[in-house]
Amino acid sequence: MFDLDRWREIFQSINKNRLRSVMSGFTVSFAILLFTLLFGIVSGLSNSFTSAFADDAQNSMQVRVRKTTKPFKGLQTGRVIQLRNDDYNFVQDTYKNKIEYQSARVYKNFTLKYKNEANNYNVTAVNPDHQFLEKTIIDQGRYLNERDLNEKSKVIVIGRLIKADLFGEKPALGKRLNVNGSSYLIIGIFSDEGGDNEERIAYIPVTTAQSIYGNNDNISQINLGYNPNLSLDAAIAFGNKIERDLRKKLNIHPDDQSALSVRNMAEANKGVGMFMGALYAIVILVGSGTLVAGIIGISNIMIFVIKERTKEFGIRKALGATPASIIGMVVQESVLITTIAGYLGLSLGTYILSLIGNSLEKDYFIKDPSVSPGIVIGATVVLILSGLIAGYVPAKRAANIKPIEALRAD
Amino acid sequence: MIRIEKMHKSYPIGKDSLHVLKGIDLHIKEGEFVSIMGSSGSGKSTLLNIVGLLDIHDQGNYYLNGELIKDMNEKKAAILRNKFLGFVFQSFNLISYKTALENVALPLYYKGINRKERLEIAMDYLDKVGLKDWANRLPNELSGGQKQRVAIARALVTKPKVVLADEPTGALDSTTSDSVMDLLKDINKEGMTVFVITHEEEIALQTKRIVRLKDGVIISDELTKIGKAVELCLI
Repeated sequence: MFDLDRWREIFQSINKNRLRSVMSGFTVSFAILLFTLLFGIVSGLSNSFTSAFADDAQNSMQVRVRKTTKPFKGLQTGRVIQLRNDDYNFVQDTYKNKIEYQSARVYKNFTLKYKNEANNYNVTAVNPDHQFLEKTIIDQGRYLNERDLNEKSKVIVIGRLIKADLFGEKPALGKRLNVNGSSYLIIGIFSDEGGDNEERIAYIPVTTAQSIYGNNDNISQINLGYNPNLSLDAAIAFGNKIERDLRKKLNIHPDDQSALSVRNMAEANKGVGMFMGALYAIVILVGSGTLVAGIIGISNIMIFVIKERTKEFGIRKALGATPASIIGMVVQESVLITTIAGYLGLSLGTYILSLIGNSLEKDYFIKDPSVSPGIVIGATVVLILSGLIAGYVPAKRAANIKPIEALRAD
Repeated sequence: MIRIEKMHKSYPIGKDSLHVLKGIDLHIKEGEFVSIMGSSGSGKSTLLNIVGLLDIHDQGNYYLNGELIKDMNEKKAAILRNKFLGFVFQSFNLISYKTALENVALPLYYKGINRKERLEIAMDYLDKVGLKDWANRLPNELSGGQKQRVAIARALVTKPKVVLADEPTGALDSTTSDSVMDLLKDINKEGMTVFVITHEEEIALQTKRIVRLKDGVIISDELTKIGKAVELCLI
């Protein structure tokens, strides 16, 4: 309902009582400003955590082995555990439904040489699925495929920085690279968000590595991506089950964490999720506390304002104002002030957050702090409601004072 | 226009109650110019407030323009006030942040008249009280007499049936008092019922009928010389 005359009355009243309006607006602005900053900073923290885990797939799991630290079934401690293709196939066959991606890893360190440029690099022998587990981004050419594995091809995918080291600006794709004395065809060049070290790696087929270097079926590590349909708890249980089953298969003490362990992203995710949940809960608590304080602040000021204006209301009533018209006027004024003031606070908060941007990322782990549109809409609704309440309660009281008493007030 | 029968009113003071009006009977016809006289505490202000629907009586009947005032709620009272009554107060009661013109136009806002028309009518009435050139001044830029004339213009702007004036000259010096009384006389000449409360004999003598109140009872009710003269003329 738009009533130009009503708005004119309200603007006149606000304009003629600027100090009062600014004061009541200020509490709300300040509350919303704090709320926005708080929320933005926590969302910035949350962004940092999310991107910290962005390097690898969110559902990745790694089976790692080292020496035993506990005797088991007559076997002594200090025994070196070695994973083999048999173990890889066991995992693949046993948990088919729970696995999205699977890859073996064999770690090597080789000298890579092209013409006169040579250097030592980590070379990891993997399966094709490894691309998704490591979130490898192919810039040129392609990744390893099943055919490379079946044919034990001497092909290699090199990191962006290896290409830069050995080839400089010149093209590398399709060139032959000397890997520890043998010639490999460069089939792809990749980049990785995990940082420079992750881009100074080369990948070769796991079968090639096993047959050429040692002619065995040793595996350094098994990488898995669990089925993303699994809940976090189910994924954690799955990780524990693999751990138990493999320890049993390899004659390792069931509690020997050092000999064989599964590093499960689900556990980290759950931890981060709980941490962020707790942080958001605190922010919501503190934020709503600030908002409530703001609302109480404006209520107080409205009570004072209405006391101050009691006589005016008395005059208006004597001239024919109904109680409803007086309540309406006060509430509308209060809603207008809270909404405008709240929006000022919100805009200022968003502006400060945008100024902060990524400048606090290094030292305080706050990345791109911002508030979502949902929060903005929610805060607006809260503001309008609070303006309604803050205005209505005292206005109702004022409107119910008998005009004769209101006129006597001074 | 105004008929009051056996009206009682008391105010609670702690556990006791103060009996202010003790059975008032009063009949004021259309076009009369009546003053209520009495010392402070005689109940004259209470009477005016009840007549002005600013307060509610306890017992007795009150008819305004033939309508029995009973079970009034605030909304109904507000509408009746706007329609039938115009108020002039001792302390002027202008809204401080509104100009003279806006103050005069305010009752018309509650009547639901649009802004342009409102301001035109208000300007006519300011002209009538001789303050056209002061229309855009705020109340604190006006003298006491000017403020009261603005208040009178505001009381008249809705063309009420009755103008109720509570000590209209109480805060004014004698010269400005006279000009305000002249204004009220003019209004009455145009046929409007005027109801003045005062404790000043000189003011009361300028009206046509004096009702004297003491301790909540009417002790006398007679026409003044002017009133008698008018009466004679009519005969």
